[in-house]
Amino acid sequence: MSQIHRDDFGSKMGMWLFLFTELLLFGGMFLLYAAYRFAHPADFVIAAHRLDVTMGTINTIILLTSSLTVVLGIVALQRNSKPLSLFFLGITLLSGVAFLINKYFEWGAKIHHGIYPKGPELANMSEGEGLYFGLYYAMTGLHGVHVIVGMIILAFVFVQIYKNQITSDNFVRFENAGLYWHLVDIIWIFLFPLFYLIH
Amino acid sequence: MTHHETEHKEHTNTGYGIYVLVWLGLVSLTLITVSLAGFNLAGLTVVTALLIASVKSTMVINYFMHIKYESTLFKVFIAVCIIIFLVIIILTFFDLTYRPEILTK
Repeated sequence: MSQIHRDDFGSKMGMWLFLFTELLLFGGMFLLYAAYRFAHPADFVIAAHRLDVTMGTINTIILLTSSLTVVLGIVALQRNSKPLSLFFLGITLLSGVAFLINKYFEWGAKIHHGIYPKGPELANMSEGEGLYFGLYYAMTGLHGVHVIVGMIILAFVFVQIYKNQITSDNFVRFENAGLYWHLVDIIWIFLFPLFYLIH
Repeated sequence: MTHHETEHKEHTNTGYGIYVLVWLGLVSLTLITVSLAGFNLAGLTVVTALLIASVKSTMVINYFMHIKYESTLFKVFIAVCIIIFLVIIILTFFDLTYRPEILTK
């Protein structure tokens, strides 16, 4: 087989540059959150009490665990253990599904209680509470989209490992997909205390 | 041996154990930040929560994202990105503090 030119350093660098744009995308929203919370500190506390801390904590642990299994999957592949690598990656994908199911029930409960744009409960709230829930839906929603995208990318990686297109000496795609997943994890690490743990 | 092969050999130095330890640390910090939220730390609540979140992110970036073992160039990039973001936040808060009318209709 002929030697195909590969630049793992370059592709990782490219991935990181993309992650910086993601950081600034979410950064803009965090900035908006900071400004509105600064303007309506009391309303944010009242609104935050409507979130379920237990659900948020479970989701945090689910995401942290899914990040761990991505890394373990890479180590397993480096050690030529393809089945173990697929097993770890499978856990990551299942964790992603579990996270989204939790989110579905969380959002569902809020919407059921009339907290949605033009909803009856939201109409009774103060301006600050309304801003809180606007940010809550926008930021956890954008994060949720990132979880879905991350799962699609990792599913591709799963298939490519299965087909031996990603192997123990050619796994930079797996690493880059992992970097994306970890970024999604980091964003949640900040979203969780800022939305669930305000007192 | 080509360049990337050498790189991969270096990667294999890290085993499963260290990552499981980092994960244990992350879960512990999560439980700590949740229990701290129950206490009334007055003005320090946000600061502690953000401090713990920053420590957790540093652990994810260094170990899970492998930055601890990458070339200095990546570290400089990340530092520049974080500093730019902090500058934007600080400048915004100067504005919010000294011109609060920008938030009122």
